[in-house]
Amino acid sequence: MEHYVNLFVKAVFLENMALAFFLGICSFLACSKKVETAIGLGAAVVFVQVLTVPINNLILRHLLAEGALGWLSPAFAKLSLAFLSFILFIGTIAATVQVVEMAIDRFAPALYATLGVFLPLIAVNCVILAGSLFMQEREYTFAESVVFGLGSGGGFALAIVAMAAVREKLAYSDIPGGLRGTGIAFITAGLLSLAFMVFSGIQL
Amino acid sequence: MTTTTTLLGPQERATLTRPILIDNPIGIQMLGVCSALAVTTRLDKALVMCACVVFVLVAANLAVSLVRNYTPGSIRIIVQLTIIASLVIVVDQILKAYLYELSLELSVFVGLIITNCIVMGRAEGFAMQNPPWPSVLDGLGNALGYAVVLVLVALARELFGAGRILGFEVLPLVGDGGWYEPNGLMLIAPSAFFVVGLLIWALKAWKPGLQDKEG
Repeated sequence: MEHYVNLFVKAVFLENMALAFFLGICSFLACSKKVETAIGLGAAVVFVQVLTVPINNLILRHLLAEGALGWLSPAFAKLSLAFLSFILFIGTIAATVQVVEMAIDRFAPALYATLGVFLPLIAVNCVILAGSLFMQEREYTFAESVVFGLGSGGGFALAIVAMAAVREKLAYSDIPGGLRGTGIAFITAGLLSLAFMVFSGIQL
Repeated sequence: MTTTTTLLGPQERATLTRPILIDNPIGIQMLGVCSALAVTTRLDKALVMCACVVFVLVAANLAVSLVRNYTPGSIRIIVQLTIIASLVIVVDQILKAYLYELSLELSVFVGLIITNCIVMGRAEGFAMQNPPWPSVLDGLGNALGYAVVLVLVALARELFGAGRILGFEVLPLVGDGGWYEPNGLMLIAPSAFFVVGLLIWALKAWKPGLQDKEG
């Protein structure tokens, strides 16, 4: 149990997807002008991340890993399809997002109204693909991948909501011409990232 | 679009150079920032990353443009994604075969070229409507625009963070008997945001026409 708590805290704070690994920065900057939008995108990322990382984990372990297809024929006992992981992961992600979108639309229209617009965007959000790639690189088990999906998605959501709150206040300040818009957004993200650096070195 | 046979007429030249300075993918279009920042702690990592992106972007634009008349609109995104993902797999395998150490350091970021918005953005925004040759130039121009920012950021971070460029000592460090006290901030994540923010400021101060109206 302690191991999973540790993994979760690490994924949220120490290895924050947006602020420590710069993942999903495009949507991080584009969707952080209002807190409401940020919450919507953050929730959608958590949702999709919790689904896709474990699904990709199963695909990796039962289809792509070395010897995973050994039951088909002895000739496949040493076959490793791990190099196909990129194309399979992105396919799974696109498909999952599509299914989730249709399911939410059918069963929870209210939720669809909030998350709906963000779901298609998320298919090409680097946070989602990176979650699966980190899972592959660090060889997480199935349970670990669920926790990691929750933590990394949650970390991104936390960062983007904090960023949006800062930017809402920034709207009233007098910023030098050249720095307006994207420039100041980057500086703000840098300061936030600096704040998250405080967590580094924390060991549970 | 063009019926001329010139390979590098004024229009082609504009396609190539515009994204490098005026319409820079990172600075102005805000595309492809995600993967750009994490690999800029050292110049050699950034250069390899640039080479990968140049290859993927040019090849993806060419391939998408070649099949553009046979691609039904409804499945174009998945066609583009498949083309891009296959190209990235090729790049990743080549890196693992010839530059194994560096591929470990770049870790997931090579794979993340798939979701790099520049590649998707140019395939969807340019290559789907244009013949192969302009698409190649557009891909090259955008990739170089990305590369310029990446190299500048990496140069600043490696120089001020470690006193080195490409591993060669430029500013002698205090620890080695020199005079330069390395700035540790440059080696951690926040500095990448600061450096890019300042670069955008510089670009917009130089070309005031690009400035945003609102905060």
